[in-house]
Amino acid sequence: MALSRDWMYENNGGTCVAIAGADYCVVAADTRLSIGYSIYTRDYSKICNLAEKCVLASSGFQGDIKALQKNLAARHLIYQHQHNKQMSCPAMAQLLSNTLYFKRFFPYYAFNVLGGLDNEGKGCVFTYDAVGSYERVGYSAQGSGSTLVMPILDNQLKTPSPLLLPARDAVTPLSEADAVDMVKDVFASATERDIYTGDKLEIVILNASGVRREFIDLRKD
Amino acid sequence: MFRNQYDTDVTTWSPAGRLFQVEYAMEAVKQGSAAIGLRSATHVALATVNKAASELSSHQKKVFKVDDHIGVAIAGLTADGRVLSRFLRSECINYAFVYESPLPVSRLVVHLADKAQVCTQRSWKRPYGVGLLVAGLDETGAHLYYNCTSGNYFEYQAFAIGSRSQAAKTYLERRFEAFNSYSREELIKDALCAIKETLQSEKLTSATCTVAVVGVGEPFHVIDQKTIQEVIDSMEIREEAAADQGAMQEDKSSEAAPVDI
Repeated sequence: MALSRDWMYENNGGTCVAIAGADYCVVAADTRLSIGYSIYTRDYSKICNLAEKCVLASSGFQGDIKALQKNLAARHLIYQHQHNKQMSCPAMAQLLSNTLYFKRFFPYYAFNVLGGLDNEGKGCVFTYDAVGSYERVGYSAQGSGSTLVMPILDNQLKTPSPLLLPARDAVTPLSEADAVDMVKDVFASATERDIYTGDKLEIVILNASGVRREFIDLRKD
Repeated sequence: MFRNQYDTDVTTWSPAGRLFQVEYAMEAVKQGSAAIGLRSATHVALATVNKAASELSSHQKKVFKVDDHIGVAIAGLTADGRVLSRFLRSECINYAFVYESPLPVSRLVVHLADKAQVCTQRSWKRPYGVGLLVAGLDETGAHLYYNCTSGNYFEYQAFAIGSRSQAAKTYLERRFEAFNSYSREELIKDALCAIKETLQSEKLTSATCTVAVVGVGEPFHVIDQKTIQEVIDSMEIREEAAADQGAMQEDKSSEAAPVDI
């Protein structure tokens, strides 16, 4: 009986999306937790409020994700004690990257999208790979449905690439309501073809007046 | 003070069975500016006197939030207090990480006392020169503990440490039996009165003291200066009114005397 590396990880599936706007950020994830071809639960939140203006959505192995979220929450508490204020989204983004790379040789099986408001109140989205490589972008999708969602977002949001010089803002010109509608449409499409995405959609909207949460039903098959 | 023969290091006993270095450390606490704590059944209040090194500098931070449900006030070597607060914070965070619930106050003070005890039994260490008043709220209610440099700890209804703390203790001793049923506002007011006792000649203003409170439904936080000044002002108004009434009564009695004749 050979020891293979798969027994240390599982993939619980799911899709996470985030879109940054001029003064808002939308972070969304479905609520299905799967294993193999079965469903563990239809009602599991993949979204975690790390700080006042910073929200993390992660897909992958939820056991690792839970540990990662707890780790970041504890580090955030220490930061608050030392600095007497909440962590900004870009600061949390760097912390997440460092935390992921810390386990470079036994990674967190977590595909993360961090969304929030930066110090100027503009929306920001950071997208990660499993070992902490990250980039600030205008929108992103991660998880089992990401290959279905990303092409649609690329087509619709037309955000200039951060590689273009001179650097241009990586935020979409969409209004908040339009961005939320787009997220709903995009998840409806992903649910059609991805077996791991469905049941319910949890949308978190951050703007200057605070954090708002919406739940939308998705196809349950 | 002829204890010099046995006080060179903390691992030397005196013939009378005392560790002089530990007692000297407790002297450091007595030299620090005052800190007092009092508790009711549902709230705990901490108050400290703000001492600035000079007129040009800011005052020392003597009240530290340890977690939402625990805070400490210190007296003595504030650097030691800062370091111990960092230890207390990490203990709370670690416990909450593992057990997903707040660290009970009694456990925290034991961790702190054990840490302090280690420094009384190592020849290469010195005792912490700070006394801590630990105020916290957990499942078993509101608690106030005093952690000594010696590694001892006691639970109190009310206590005062630091310079001129005896005046505050006398004030609290007269009134502590009623504390359990006090409201949050009465607790804060009595904390300020106790601080006033230690100030003696100095004026009590919101700039010379810091007050913090923790209670049921209220996470630990330092109360802002404006609110404290309002409480101080209302206390002074009541005092002046009481003094005026006393003066008026004296006048009446002196008027009555001639008529009697």
